[in-house]
Amino acid sequence: MKRYLIPLALFIVLVVLLAVGLKLDPKHIPSPFIGKPAPMFDLPILHNPQQHIKTADLQGQVWLLNVWASWCVSCRAEHEVVKRFVAMGMAPVYGLNYKDKPEDAKRWLNALGDPYQASLMDISGDAGIDWGVYGVPETFVIDKKGIVRFKQVGPVTNSIIDEKILPLVKELNAEAG
Amino acid sequence: MQRQAKVWMIKFSLPIVLLMLFASMPSIAAFDAYQFDDPEKEALYKKLIKELRCTVCQNQDIGDSNAELAQDLRRKTYEMISAGKDEEFVLDYMSQRYGEFVLYRPRLQINTLLLWVGPFIILFIALFFLLRFIRRPEDEVPLTDADRAQAEQLLERDK
Repeated sequence: MKRYLIPLALFIVLVVLLAVGLKLDPKHIPSPFIGKPAPMFDLPILHNPQQHIKTADLQGQVWLLNVWASWCVSCRAEHEVVKRFVAMGMAPVYGLNYKDKPEDAKRWLNALGDPYQASLMDISGDAGIDWGVYGVPETFVIDKKGIVRFKQVGPVTNSIIDEKILPLVKELNAEAG
Repeated sequence: MQRQAKVWMIKFSLPIVLLMLFASMPSIAAFDAYQFDDPEKEALYKKLIKELRCTVCQNQDIGDSNAELAQDLRRKTYEMISAGKDEEFVLDYMSQRYGEFVLYRPRLQINTLLLWVGPFIILFIALFFLLRFIRRPEDEVPLTDADRAQAEQLLERDK
């Protein structure tokens, strides 16, 4: 009896490991930015390209950065969720218009609505690289001190807003700047 | 008939092989060719794009992938190397933005320690059991006269 017990135990351990492995999402890469200062950018505003916004300009408030593009299919579905979040008035959302043509981006916002405080143009994708963007849409939550506190790769859903982002933003809004 | 088939095969296999070679050419040609002023920099570039993982198309390095992000990261790598930055700088740059995950050869540090020593631990465990198995004294059961007679008989029969 005992001689069957060891292989059985090993088998169970293997099954458990494989089961856990199946549940893991290989697309989810832990972001190295959580808890670190938000990367710098200095980018022109989509609707007013003469004016630039820098990361430092946004310090002192809790804000969200939503990376989007007109060519990004899942951004379209996410857009309704972003609009819903902005309507709650909890925190401003800035758009990072990633590797897009300005005219396409404007047309997209005209058609779907523009919830963004401002959208910043990253035509070359360099700011995207600095922010470690690899799967548009991506969303970051930045606290008053300019520290990245949360990152969502892929579309933000209503349940992510309700369960993760809203409680976090409330908590961060209560923190001293 | 058979000979003819053989000749036929040789005759046609060469064009087919050549065709396959050329068919794969455009995908190579589509990749950007960067000019380096120094062969050492070029060597470093070629080495690094093989060591950085493309985060969009995982399991491909950025040298192998034609995803947009991979193209951008190759451009970044090129820019840094042409500016005279060394390997360490480029790897730091990438891992600061995309995490340790982009390094195909993870660095030796606390959270990657198991990755590096794990295989050796498994090897030692395997060796331990192997040695124990080899050294195990055989369960010696002395042969009886009857066994001997039977063996003798079997050997005799084979002759």
